[in-house]
Amino acid sequence: MTSSRVYQTAGIIIKRHKFGEADRLLTLFTTDCGKVRAIAKGAMRPGSKLGGHVELLTHSQMMLARGRNLDIITQAQAIDNFLPIRDSLELMSCGFYLSELVDAFTEENVEDRELFDLFLNTLLELAEAKDGERILRYFELRLLSHLGYRPQLQKCANCSKLLLPEVNYFSPAQGGVLCRNCGYPDMGARTISINALKVLRFWLRCDFATASRVKLSTELTGEIKGLMRENIRYILEKQLKSIEWMDTLANGNVTLEAPPS
Amino acid sequence: MNPDFFTTARPISRLIEELNKLPGIGPKTAQRLAYHLLQAPPDRSRDLADAVLGIKENLRLCTVCLNITDTDPCGICADETRDRTKVCVVEEPIDIIPLERTRKFRGLYHVLHGVISPSDGIKPENLRIRDLLVRLGSAAVTEVILATNPNVEGEVTSMYIQRLISPLGIRVTRLARGLPFGGDLEYADDVTLSRALEGRQEMY
Repeated sequence: MTSSRVYQTAGIIIKRHKFGEADRLLTLFTTDCGKVRAIAKGAMRPGSKLGGHVELLTHSQMMLARGRNLDIITQAQAIDNFLPIRDSLELMSCGFYLSELVDAFTEENVEDRELFDLFLNTLLELAEAKDGERILRYFELRLLSHLGYRPQLQKCANCSKLLLPEVNYFSPAQGGVLCRNCGYPDMGARTISINALKVLRFWLRCDFATASRVKLSTELTGEIKGLMRENIRYILEKQLKSIEWMDTLANGNVTLEAPPS
Repeated sequence: MNPDFFTTARPISRLIEELNKLPGIGPKTAQRLAYHLLQAPPDRSRDLADAVLGIKENLRLCTVCLNITDTDPCGICADETRDRTKVCVVEEPIDIIPLERTRKFRGLYHVLHGVISPSDGIKPENLRIRDLLVRLGSAAVTEVILATNPNVEGEVTSMYIQRLISPLGIRVTRLARGLPFGGDLEYADDVTLSRALEGRQEMY
């Protein structure tokens, strides 16, 4: 991090709130300074120079001026605003989830270039995808792995015996897979199929292009989704808000028959 | 608590405290307003008090469009000359004001009272979307104009509502997105500019 009064960096906007009449309080995930909070003055006015360049999930080149509490964005130029993501309700929902995930797992002012690249690549992949689910799962696994939460997938997380090719148990509390003998006593553990284990192992050592070539059945997709969701909730000790929205969307729509709110 | 709380007469300090809670009114302004009201004729205070109480007692939501109103249905919904086949969906009651100022729209409105925001945990159930569907099911509406704000939450809300309405066979339109008047191409972002290009119009 530089100490001059103004500095330039590229970043992705992962959160934004109204601030005063027309300003926005942004949370950026930047290449050089990690997560930063900054003010975009007048960003909500029509005709603002910043406006669309500081919208949620935009990859922008920005100039910031150091403020007493919060930095102020003086200039912004969008590099990529992932238009296909914005045009799709499903993909945009994935985008909301990704940004909330990154926000929840990072601390302010801690540079993490590797995570930035992973996040950016994920958004680029998402922009070309039809279905975002698999991309989300791959991202979750890589994110956890990068931050030191890589699940133990080779040996039993309790007794260290090599896992046998059979239905085993997955325990967020133990940080990985448990063998049949150790799985029962742990109440939080749930079963993990041979195929789910294989997919997770494979994803941990391949890149995006290879990862997306894996064909998954609906059940397998659901199983991995459940595992990862529980694991993340255990680590964060909370459920992310956008999950509920993704479920609303996936489970079909509000109908007239549904009970009134 | 106001530091002058014990040196000022109770009724005045109470008024100062209350005024101080209003947005944009600091302790000094609150004091000045309080002493101004003290010296003003009693009618003035009564009018002000009435007006303040009035907004709580007389206002409610229009049963048709959910706009804030003192009559039910509201002035717009009760107006016989307005086009009942078109409904313009807005996020907040305040969004109706600029749309009315254009005098281009003569249909009715529907106020959602918010916008879907997954990251803030605001879900469709928290908005008045169901009221819209019920309304569309019973009234002869042929077009729904989605006028949510042109940002990610507004777009998501519009896409979601469009998905709910499309099986009803009603035409769904969205306000055009493009360059603002008085703006500058140099500062336009790619989303706005590509939408502006897509929505370009023949000049005549």
